[in-house]
Amino acid sequence: MKIHEYQGKELLRRYGVVVPRGIFCQSVDDAVKAAETLGGKVWVVKAQIHAGGRGKGGGVKVAKSLDEVRQYAGQILGMQLVTHQTGPEGQKVRRLLIEEGADIRKEYYVAALTDRASQKVVVMASSEGGMDIEEVAHSTPEKILKVFVDPLIGLTDNQARELAVGIGIPDDSVPQAIILFKGLYSCYMETDASLAEINPLILEGSVDGKPGTIKALDAKFNFDDNALYRQPEIFAFRDLDEEDPNEIEASKFGLAYISLDGNIGCLVNGAGLAMATMDTIKLFGGEPANFLDVGGGASTEKVTEAFKIMLKNSNVKGILVNIFGGIMKCDTIANGVIAAVKETHLNVPLVVRMKGTNEQLGKQLLKDSGLPIISADTMAEAATKIVAAVQ
Amino acid sequence: MSILINKDTKVITQGITGKTGQFHTEKCQEYANGKACFVAGVNPKKAGESIFDIPIYASVQEAKKETGATVSVIYVPPAGAADAIWEAVEAELDLVICITEGIPVRDMLMVRNKMKARVAKGAKKTLLLGPNCPGLITPEEIKIGIMPGHIHKKGRIGVVSRSGTLTYESVAQLTEIGLGQSSAVGIGGDPINGLKHIDVMKLFNDDPETDAVIMIGEIGGPDEAEAAYWCKKHMKKPVVGFIAGVTAPAGKRMGHAGALISGGADTAEAKLAIMEECGFKVTRNPSEMGRLLKSLL
Repeated sequence: MKIHEYQGKELLRRYGVVVPRGIFCQSVDDAVKAAETLGGKVWVVKAQIHAGGRGKGGGVKVAKSLDEVRQYAGQILGMQLVTHQTGPEGQKVRRLLIEEGADIRKEYYVAALTDRASQKVVVMASSEGGMDIEEVAHSTPEKILKVFVDPLIGLTDNQARELAVGIGIPDDSVPQAIILFKGLYSCYMETDASLAEINPLILEGSVDGKPGTIKALDAKFNFDDNALYRQPEIFAFRDLDEEDPNEIEASKFGLAYISLDGNIGCLVNGAGLAMATMDTIKLFGGEPANFLDVGGGASTEKVTEAFKIMLKNSNVKGILVNIFGGIMKCDTIANGVIAAVKETHLNVPLVVRMKGTNEQLGKQLLKDSGLPIISADTMAEAATKIVAAVQ
Repeated sequence: MSILINKDTKVITQGITGKTGQFHTEKCQEYANGKACFVAGVNPKKAGESIFDIPIYASVQEAKKETGATVSVIYVPPAGAADAIWEAVEAELDLVICITEGIPVRDMLMVRNKMKARVAKGAKKTLLLGPNCPGLITPEEIKIGIMPGHIHKKGRIGVVSRSGTLTYESVAQLTEIGLGQSSAVGIGGDPINGLKHIDVMKLFNDDPETDAVIMIGEIGGPDEAEAAYWCKKHMKKPVVGFIAGVTAPAGKRMGHAGALISGGADTAEAKLAIMEECGFKVTRNPSEMGRLLKSLL
């Protein structure tokens, strides 16, 4: 699950990470009031959507007067913000964050995530902040420093210092950076995050001879869906406006669904087999319209809902059902498919491939139903048939 | 022979009294030598009772002491599953198979590091298979997990996969063309797990009764590449490889920093290329896994 920047900053603040003062709002008038409340002469108007790359898409503007705050808030609220992560249709902006301006002297990068290979938490930092970190990793990998944290011990002062000094934070600001990195790590662990990223992390100019402040200018979080049951506060941050309505609908029925660009809907049991089915469709010249895993115990109701969700996508010109019956029996699935075809008044070609437990019984049920269901024995045959049928 | 388990293995079931545990324990008992293999269940509240004639003990430690079991299988719900793994590790079993799906990643991170710290202090090493896996089977001897037994056939081909139904798919293809399996192992789809492809490939390589292997992977993580590089140097047997997810949208399942840390080699295409470079016979058509393997024998 993802959250917004303003929510991420609220979390970070609780763990001792310094963030700019800011106020979340949903209207232009509130944006102006927020700027007045914050005071100062410079404000940043930031679109709140779950995708990255907001600045480049025109979703982040620096305002030098209250009039400009009003103007930019009006432009950004309601816009379809297109970034490299939203797809060409963009994402509608419904929320804003108004922040005090920052005196940026230097930009850095820091993130915490779990490394599968070492089974440790990696905290990584870079002197190249404010940029696309994948680009940095590609062109100048030596500028990314990593420490591997044993979760039984936690991020040590020495590790945090190694990162801070390594990315060139000035000596007098290093103690602040150590506190910030340790706060980021604690926040990552205690909230069951799967990614906590600050990009950019900034050094502000020094005032009255004091060391420059180290601040988180952005905050990006992903959370482990498996742990949301024990993170009610995080779960309350969920913003359904930012998610695909079909994926939300699917999750209510325990179905894992992801929309894709093609025209062949597929319904499969098991995530690996579902991906392999999509790949086979592509291999035989078609394009999958979705990923859909019905899971282990699919009832008639679940299969019917799966059909309804697939058919909400108007691009769908045909459906391929691929079931390997293990715990799930093929006759149960066949009954589910028959009921779903009738209930949805299916009017696109349907190919069903069933294998495993009670395979013959399932095939017979489909045959006896009198419905125009095309049967196939292998995944390759099923893909060939559905690709031909949609052309 | 086979890897990890055989007809003489004695198994403890953790979570035997739950709905899933009961359902699958009965199926495992019915399969081949299952009656003799499944010797104990664990539930502290029902110690002294029995289910399907299997005695229930208060702890894994006690179950091991009373029955001599060396392996456990876990069906405990996600919130308590990592603790169940740790209990089996502290009881010093040889192998723990965790079927449970949906365990928080942090819980797995903690228990895996506790397991490694324990071994570093000189304690006995307990192998973990899973979590979020179908388990493993040595056909016509023993089945530990949730796979459909009837599609398997005793033979000399090893199968290892992260995905349950894709394992069944390849096993069924093999059986259909008359090739039996030595063992079929589901290592599970979670990011933090126990045995990885490389570990299972080493076991198959050393098993005199395995002639060839089908290795199935999917997008995300470095495990398949790691196994392939190992095989290039050490594997003495032919390997067929398949990776699911050529058409999977990258951003959907992987945060960009996640892809970054594994060095960008975790797309299906990248893994297929590495496997090919390392001498695997790879296919992009999952319907061809069985036949391709037969052509290598």
